[in-house]
Amino acid sequence: MTAGGVTQRLRGLKVRREPDSGWREFVTPEGVDLRLKVGAYVERFSAMALDFLILFGGMGVFSLAVLAVLWATRAAWLLEALGVVWLLVTFVGRNFYFFLFEAQPRAATPGKRIMGLRVVAADGGRLTADAVFARNAMREVEVFLPLAFFLARGEGVDAALITLGAIWSGVFVLFPLFNRDRRRLGDLAAGTLVVKAPKKVLQPDLADTERTASQGLAFTPAQLDAYGVKELHVLEDVIRAGDRRAMKEVAERIRTKIAWDGASDIPDRTFLNAYYAALRGRLESRMLFGHRRKDKFDVS
Amino acid sequence: MAELHLKSWRFRAEREADWRRLESLLTKAEAGGVGKLKREELLELPVLYRQALSSLSVARSISLDQSLVAYLESLCTRSYFFVYGARARLPERLARFFRRDWPAAVQALWRETLASLAITVVATVVAFVLVRGDPDWFYSFVDPGLASGRDPMATTASLRATLYQETTAMEGLSGLAAFLFTHNAQIALFAFALGFAFCLPTAALLVLNGGMLGAFLALFFSRNLGVEATGWLMIHGATELFAIVLAGAAGFSIGWAVAFPGARSRVDAAAEAGRRAATAMAGVVVMLFVAGLIEGFGRQLIQLDAARYTIAAVTLAGWLVYFYWPRRPAP
Repeated sequence: MTAGGVTQRLRGLKVRREPDSGWREFVTPEGVDLRLKVGAYVERFSAMALDFLILFGGMGVFSLAVLAVLWATRAAWLLEALGVVWLLVTFVGRNFYFFLFEAQPRAATPGKRIMGLRVVAADGGRLTADAVFARNAMREVEVFLPLAFFLARGEGVDAALITLGAIWSGVFVLFPLFNRDRRRLGDLAAGTLVVKAPKKVLQPDLADTERTASQGLAFTPAQLDAYGVKELHVLEDVIRAGDRRAMKEVAERIRTKIAWDGASDIPDRTFLNAYYAALRGRLESRMLFGHRRKDKFDVS
Repeated sequence: MAELHLKSWRFRAEREADWRRLESLLTKAEAGGVGKLKREELLELPVLYRQALSSLSVARSISLDQSLVAYLESLCTRSYFFVYGARARLPERLARFFRRDWPAAVQALWRETLASLAITVVATVVAFVLVRGDPDWFYSFVDPGLASGRDPMATTASLRATLYQETTAMEGLSGLAAFLFTHNAQIALFAFALGFAFCLPTAALLVLNGGMLGAFLALFFSRNLGVEATGWLMIHGATELFAIVLAGAAGFSIGWAVAFPGARSRVDAAAEAGRRAATAMAGVVVMLFVAGLIEGFGRQLIQLDAARYTIAAVTLAGWLVYFYWPRRPAP
């Protein structure tokens, strides 16, 4: 997360490489670590593709509208004014689309919002307008320069030069692949990061025994010691997803594992809910006494 | 029933209303800016934010409900960026930019500006001397598309005509202005972004630009139109060339910081230089807009050499005073 970590990596001081989960420490002034996740390549690429789709789609529609107006009126005096408007709008679109959205409180373009991403200052401070401007002005060499080389055609020496140029500009394009925080050139020049910041809704508590039908089922401590936190979380995911077949399979596995000898005609969902609530209660109370059982292999 | 509930359930039940309140305030604020919030809501927000943060710490240590922890993390992150984010409104931000930030950024780039200026001047002089010596050099410096007939093959009369185009109507003026502005601004942004590659491509762009200038001047001087051409060029060139020199300087400052970060880490140096240069660049776009206006309107409407020189001198002096007039440091 911190710039220091990045530099350390860039300097090659850290020899051993662990697989990177993408989680970064992000401590607020109140001393709480918000644990941000750096945006994945797929998400960032999709966000960019969406943005360019919106941008160029919008420009295309706008150009068509201008042409339609020209065609309909056939007024010579309009040509001039519309030409000016078209030039200015495309210029502002190309250079300020990203800036205008990222300089707002949400710090994300529509594409980034859809992918649940936002821009943050890498040092945890406030994201300033000049940083947003810098990171987006760099798109000039990251997108448009390679594009120009890619679209250029030439023969002989020209072809060789274009190839060299394409390779050279390819370095800018592929830059995010070679650093831990997946920063592109613009992020580096502005000191920013792109992180996951999805909007989550508060889901109902599965251990809410009044609302979920699970009363009447009791488990012995031995049966509850079969699993740890990791399995509890998997169980939570399975119940929340609500897929019948998955629940049936999981319920079967648990019944076998804990040697369930109670009533056998309980619906899978009820059984899983009851077991989840009981297991969570057991693990949480042990956690209060200082023991967090990582997973089912954690026997201490 | 309460005794049957988990501690984490009770923890959640007691605080849930506050979290939802914070969430609704945030949604409101994010949709319409701070202006949408009432006074008491604005005061409430930081308090709710700190509550949510403490809830997050507690939830992490007592609750194994991962959806709850994920929700609180997302809520705290959103409110963190709101509470600590920049909230100056656009008019204030713009006022600050023009009154302080822009001149300060330009002042901080004085060394790079001098380097950029030197490169441009040297390229101009070299191109000038070469083209005066052998007019064929002209074609090496100037793209035929941009020359549009102003080349050594043209007659003196036609060259003179390009300097004093008689335009009867306003036609063509605003279109030209818009085109010149977008074209130049795009090039300037490009020069800035290229600076990241250790300054060299930016320097090359400046050399090309200066070379073109020198070649044009040489052509007109060879036909005894030097004074007139300089006036024609400088009426907007004072602003435009200054802007391009500044764009080059902004690019240099980034490239220099990346190549020679000094005591700071390369990443920190790049970020610091990038932000400062970006402020200057935003200003360059403004300058080029002004230059485009002068070029599109002023140059065609004002045909007197003396008036052209006066405007050039006044704009140049204006920019210099605006940028370099000593100011009190920011509070």
